[in-house]
Amino acid sequence: MSSVLPATNRARRTRRRGTDSQTFLSSLPWIGPALLLILAIVVFPAGYMIYNSTRKISSVGTDLESAGLENFVTIFQDPVLPRVLLNTVLWVVSVVVITVLLSLVLAQFLNKPFPGRTIVRMAVIVPWAASVVMTTTVFYYGLDPNYGIFNHFFVQLGLMDEGYGWTKNAVPAIAVSVVVAIFVSIPFTTYTLLAGLQAIPQETLEAARVDGAGRWKTYLLVIIPQLRSALAVSMLINIINVFNNLPILKVMTGSIPGNSADTLMTYIFKVLQFDRRLDLSSALSVVNFAIVLVIVAIYVKTVKPMQEI
Amino acid sequence: MTFLVTEDRAAKKTVIGRMVVGFAVVIIFLIPYGTMLIGSLKTQSEILAIPPKYLPQDGAQFSNYITMWDTPETPVPYNLISTIVIAVFATLLVLLVATPAAYYTARFKFPGKMVFMFLVIVTQMLQPAVLTAGLFKQMLAWNLNDTWLAMILINAAFNLAFAVWIMHSFFAGVPRSIDEAAQIDGAGKLRVLFTINLPLVWPGIVTAVIFTFVSCWNEFAASLVILSTAENQPLSVALTKFVGQYSTAWQYVFGVSIVAIVPVIVLFALIEKRLIGGLAAGAVK
Repeated sequence: MSSVLPATNRARRTRRRGTDSQTFLSSLPWIGPALLLILAIVVFPAGYMIYNSTRKISSVGTDLESAGLENFVTIFQDPVLPRVLLNTVLWVVSVVVITVLLSLVLAQFLNKPFPGRTIVRMAVIVPWAASVVMTTTVFYYGLDPNYGIFNHFFVQLGLMDEGYGWTKNAVPAIAVSVVVAIFVSIPFTTYTLLAGLQAIPQETLEAARVDGAGRWKTYLLVIIPQLRSALAVSMLINIINVFNNLPILKVMTGSIPGNSADTLMTYIFKVLQFDRRLDLSSALSVVNFAIVLVIVAIYVKTVKPMQEI
Repeated sequence: MTFLVTEDRAAKKTVIGRMVVGFAVVIIFLIPYGTMLIGSLKTQSEILAIPPKYLPQDGAQFSNYITMWDTPETPVPYNLISTIVIAVFATLLVLLVATPAAYYTARFKFPGKMVFMFLVIVTQMLQPAVLTAGLFKQMLAWNLNDTWLAMILINAAFNLAFAVWIMHSFFAGVPRSIDEAAQIDGAGKLRVLFTINLPLVWPGIVTAVIFTFVSCWNEFAASLVILSTAENQPLSVALTKFVGQYSTAWQYVFGVSIVAIVPVIVLFALIEKRLIGGLAAGAVK
């Protein structure tokens, strides 16, 4: 109610000035709640986490005393860290590269007209909507060495002599996790690239044809350059999503003892949940957060999402 | 004439080829969910049989969909209620705080707008998993640990950015002259928003609501740490308790999964067309 009168006043003022400028205070009722939620549940815990990483915290969460940079010294001297970081890099690079390549092909295909295309597009959307935990669970079951139905199918196809325990050792478990991660990442990536393809003006393709460019030449020299921003968006968001993915590796590699199959994210959760070391997991999370912020900075710089505002 | 016929036949061949490839794509993307559906209709001994059979041998066990609600691993009915409560209230909260923010930032200039939108973009790139260590300690300190409220706030905060972003682009698409005409007639900002803008941007709102809801419905990482009582946990967390056990009741895992997945797939399918538009605007993640 209170905004009705000032609003009309402002509208008059606005017309005189010819802009829609408002004061910060008058914007608060509109953006305030959103701002408060972001500050309280995103910005505050980020700061709090950084603070906690410099504290010594008991296993029940009581803040004991300052630890300076001791927690960071501890995590960087941890002998499992190099393996964890190596796993993380291999995990992110393999999932994102293969996902983007397969999605480029799939998007190109889904952009062509044929009867039943809507059904295909709907099927591709399913892993996007479905819970990643539940999707991963089916793969875990199917790859069981004894009763797993996918293993059984591979044996029947003659690809293997007997069922293989894909999820029992670190390397094959990470490999099948990569496959699942690609499977659940393709829908988003394909749709982003499809949106990019649909934004390409038809004239440029016709011009390329008139100039006598072949299919591959058109694709590499005309289509790919115009997909640049869609590629940047899908790659960066995939890097962040895959880097921070917990459920796939938690289900697939959760029963493997030790840390040989851990990425930074699963390692943070093990330290937090099983070791109950809130201080160390905060320090690890700060390192993880710093990496994420670098990726966000690259996103803001290359995709330039602020331009449209 | 002959040229036309061969051209025609070639085109027909291409179309059939595409349909075959399309069929293969459908199969690949639906295999896990088909396995889930068929598995949910097997008996416990069938699903653990060595070697396994593809189809249920004693007929489809539809009774699994009744017995699955009562298993020793986790209180499934409570988990479903948790999932629903958290997703519904988080979505409502997002709608409540994101709509005015999106409208205002699409319509007006104010000091700090760029800072606000920058915060929104950074938030959009973050996930609860990144900050879980901080959130866990924060909820302990606020005495909200192991509560639905904590997860409602977390889900709302991390999905807010997407909703603001996509609704912002929809509001920006409504011609300003419509607003101005209403304002000249003496309507306040709230009335302009509700009576003029909302009816025009409802597709954007539906997209934001569905996307938020599905994302909250499937949230895993923060729930895993913050919700420690079995009754409070959502299905995504509860179902992982079956995995790695000696004789997992997979038929129940899959039955519950089907019940949890089918509704959100239907919702997602409803906004399929608009996802492409949203992605073109860089709004969806």
